[in-house]
Amino acid sequence: MKKYYISLLFCLSSLLFSTLSLAAADLEINTPAIAALKNSMQARHAQLEPFYASGAVGLAKDGSVALRDASLVPLPQRQAANNLVSAENSDRNALYKEIATGNGHPEWEGEVRSTFAQRWMQKAQSGWWVQSASGWVKK
Amino acid sequence: MRYNLKQWGAVGAVALILPACVTINIYFPAAAAEKAADKIIDEVWQIKKGQPPADKPSPDKSNPDKPADTSGAPAMNSTAPAAP
Repeated sequence: MKKYYISLLFCLSSLLFSTLSLAAADLEINTPAIAALKNSMQARHAQLEPFYASGAVGLAKDGSVALRDASLVPLPQRQAANNLVSAENSDRNALYKEIATGNGHPEWEGEVRSTFAQRWMQKAQSGWWVQSASGWVKK
Repeated sequence: MRYNLKQWGAVGAVALILPACVTINIYFPAAAAEKAADKIIDEVWQIKKGQPPADKPSPDKSNPDKPADTSGAPAMNSTAPAAP
């Protein structure tokens, strides 16, 4: 009978530990690689912001940015806009990957990406274009 | 014989619960990821705290409004009888 209680106690304590480890779950984002990506994206944002505001560039549902209407960009600036979008996307891809691998779970990359996609869109300023499930909408 | 059965039951329970502990750690921490995303986005877009998108009322903004409304209501009531 004693052994049974000991086992029960063990079960309860393992349950407690499982909830503790759940509560302690936090993602590590203070790595040098993530800091470098953040700085690079922050510096680029000043150049991208006018394109967000004009609607030329929108926030896509896969956590990237997209040149959704090139005709809104004056012809001489079009190449620069394309370069900005592809540079931003390679930084974003690297960021999602780095967060997943930096936390020991490379398989989380897709979920990190979709979490970011939602948050980018939610934090987008009004007037910017975001891609909902049904298509592009102006916030 | 009965002891043995109970012991097996306990071993079975432990065998069920232990993998559950491991599974919980493998789950994607959605809340933590959202927190991390918010922090990074705020830095990249240089969003100051308490300055959320204008088109969406946020809980941060509605909270300071509520005490202002309730403090405003008694003030109105107290001035109303005083006026006539």
